[in-house]
Amino acid sequence: MAVLALAVACGGGETPAETPATGATTETTTQAEEPAAAVPGMITAADITLGDIDQAMVAKGKEIYEVKCLACHSLGTNRVVGPGWKGILEQRKPEWIMNMILHTDAMLETDPEAQAMLEECLVRMPNQNLSNEEARNVLEFMRTL
Amino acid sequence: MTTAFPLLLAAGIAIPLAQGCKPANTKSAVTGDAASKVFVPPGQYDEFYNFVSGGFNGQMSVYGLPSGRMLRNIPVFSVNPENGWGFSEETKPMLMTTHGFIPWDDSHHVEPSMTNGVPDGRWMFINGNNTPRVALIDLATFRTKTIIEVPNSAGNHSSPFITPNSEYVVAGTRFSIPMGTDAERDVPIETYKENFKSTISFIKPDSADATMSIAFQIKTPPVDFDLAHAGKGPSEGWFFFSTYNTERAHDLLEVNASQNDKDFIMAVNWKKAEQYAKEGKGKRVPGKHYMNTYSDETHSATSKVFEDVLQLDPAELTDLIYFMPCPKSPHGCDVDPTGEFIVGSGKLAASLPVFSFSKMQQAIANKDYEADFAGIPVLKYESVLQGEVKKPGLGPLHTEFDNNGFAYSSMFVSSEIVKWNVKTLEVVDRVPTYYSIGHLSVPGGDSKQPWGKYVVAYNKITKDRYLPTGPELTQSAQLYSIDGPKMELLLDFPTFGEPHYAQSIPASLIKDKSVKFFKIEENKHPYATKGEKEAKVVREGNKVHVYMTCIRSHFAPDNIEGVKVGDEVYFHVTNLEQDWDVPHGFAVKGAPNAELLIMPGETQTLKWVPQSVGVKPFYCTDFCSALHQEMQGYVRVSPAGSNIPLTANTKSADAGL
Repeated sequence: MAVLALAVACGGGETPAETPATGATTETTTQAEEPAAAVPGMITAADITLGDIDQAMVAKGKEIYEVKCLACHSLGTNRVVGPGWKGILEQRKPEWIMNMILHTDAMLETDPEAQAMLEECLVRMPNQNLSNEEARNVLEFMRTL
Repeated sequence: MTTAFPLLLAAGIAIPLAQGCKPANTKSAVTGDAASKVFVPPGQYDEFYNFVSGGFNGQMSVYGLPSGRMLRNIPVFSVNPENGWGFSEETKPMLMTTHGFIPWDDSHHVEPSMTNGVPDGRWMFINGNNTPRVALIDLATFRTKTIIEVPNSAGNHSSPFITPNSEYVVAGTRFSIPMGTDAERDVPIETYKENFKSTISFIKPDSADATMSIAFQIKTPPVDFDLAHAGKGPSEGWFFFSTYNTERAHDLLEVNASQNDKDFIMAVNWKKAEQYAKEGKGKRVPGKHYMNTYSDETHSATSKVFEDVLQLDPAELTDLIYFMPCPKSPHGCDVDPTGEFIVGSGKLAASLPVFSFSKMQQAIANKDYEADFAGIPVLKYESVLQGEVKKPGLGPLHTEFDNNGFAYSSMFVSSEIVKWNVKTLEVVDRVPTYYSIGHLSVPGGDSKQPWGKYVVAYNKITKDRYLPTGPELTQSAQLYSIDGPKMELLLDFPTFGEPHYAQSIPASLIKDKSVKFFKIEENKHPYATKGEKEAKVVREGNKVHVYMTCIRSHFAPDNIEGVKVGDEVYFHVTNLEQDWDVPHGFAVKGAPNAELLIMPGETQTLKWVPQSVGVKPFYCTDFCSALHQEMQGYVRVSPAGSNIPLTANTKSADAGL
């Protein structure tokens, strides 16, 4: 909680989108305005182009999912350890997902949405050390769900 | 010593007072500064890694210097239930020998891999004294990578010293023994002089895969080898071994092996030996031994057994070894950074002899022999001696060097470190140690380019230095600054096990190469489970293989039925995490071995033969997340003749699809 409060206090300034302490965290799906861009190396919207779905990337993404993600994320809407992935792109921006995969610890330290998820799930999402390309393949797989 | 206590206590009380006001004298000012010299602020790193032998615990421990904080205990020759070393199926082969599975040893000396005579931060070696072995520790994983058994040896004390480019690691036997066939080895002990021999083995570490092999072994007359060091610079190509019991006694050695005024430093021309071996001038003799190596790809160890060894006999091959007389029962045998001087620390002698390599070469050329010992030439003491450090202290044991031309010798009996000038042989400083120092260590202190800065004393006795803990007390290390003209005691810290020799290496040579996790894609373990989808249970006769995964914070599967009393159950647990510092543990109720501790990306196997019917719990032993306490499961064990089918809940999280 102390970390959360601190992060909110330093989180950019213009939108101190007061994260509810506990309880009603699940439905706050409106995205904060690029809160993560402050951290160097983070993916921004400009870094991602979503064209037609690339089936080769989807296949690679699915393979990675089965080894490194499946233990905690279902492909439905149900939460196992972390949230289910069905319809995830309706709730999260692509860059937010990429950052959650690639910069897990930084997101958990700075991003109010990520922190809200941690409050709900209570297990810090493991950084599975994917490369940018691998994370992008996982994102492509998510687009098919 | 008794008079020293009150003085010391008085000083100890004076320090806090002195810090509060103006330092009263130089002593208190210097002492007051000690705290800041060893203080490493929370969250910051030490400057050096300090690798310390564990003595009779058979392991190697790692400390930070100057803080003295213990970072790791690396299991080597002794089983370690804490992480399953010697208990998991993957690590059991590491402790195999010709005597079977040996769960313990006594590890004494630590030596780094070297390039151009300087520690390169790749490997660390340590000897197993009791059941002769040498281990190679990989400094990328801080794990024991390879262990080789040393045949025709008994008490691998004079080991594992290394040549300047890591060509060979040596292993000299402490005990002479009869060798050969069963009949040749079954002889009366009193026939020692006729039937007993000693050996020095030259072990080759393979720079590609870090396995080891015995390149050749030199058979020598019966002497007890104590310590050794390789030549370097001008003396590169030679190796020097201290010996005792040149009396060739086989009983009451305390008295009978202390008769001669001088024993020997044995000089070995290893380049010559290598040449003889290449020319086929050695003989293959019986020498069965194991070589066990651990793969970070299969996450498993394998053993190879060799039946014989190539032996060179200096009675037939000339110019291989020479003896230099050395007073008296020398322990340390240390070569200075220039490679010109060899210091013998005769623990029963009143002086420290310093031998000159160039004089030795001259004496050999002149055949300046005073005698022969069992056919081996003994060079004249006066011809090879550079000079003696007179009355350095009592019981000199071991010498290391700094980067400014000074040597530091430990004095066991008089409990002190004596600093002396290698050129002038004059003692320039001495400090007490608390108590009974054995080895000492300067960072890079046995290399061509010591880093200096500190000398660490490794003490056998601590008596009143720490809070009492019953009859068994800790051993200790003491850190001294050697930056200034006077050595200055900075810190005491307790050690894990009995420290013998140690090495310190700048952290910068090691820390950035440290492996953080094993890539799951590269896991070639035959029972790896790469993702929960592959989790399953398989029966093969009375063997049950459980392909299990773990990740924060659950096992898959976590409910298993159909296991029967007497089955051999193998839990092959793969950690799916791909981040640093997230091991999971695995323990089953009543398993008569230990736990597993599985690093990210790794597979480890616990064998369990259930002895009774019931539902047995298993759980994660390494606190991994807020839901660690929920990381658990059950195995149902039915009677031996039961028909319950083998099943497990391997349904995976994508069931919601």
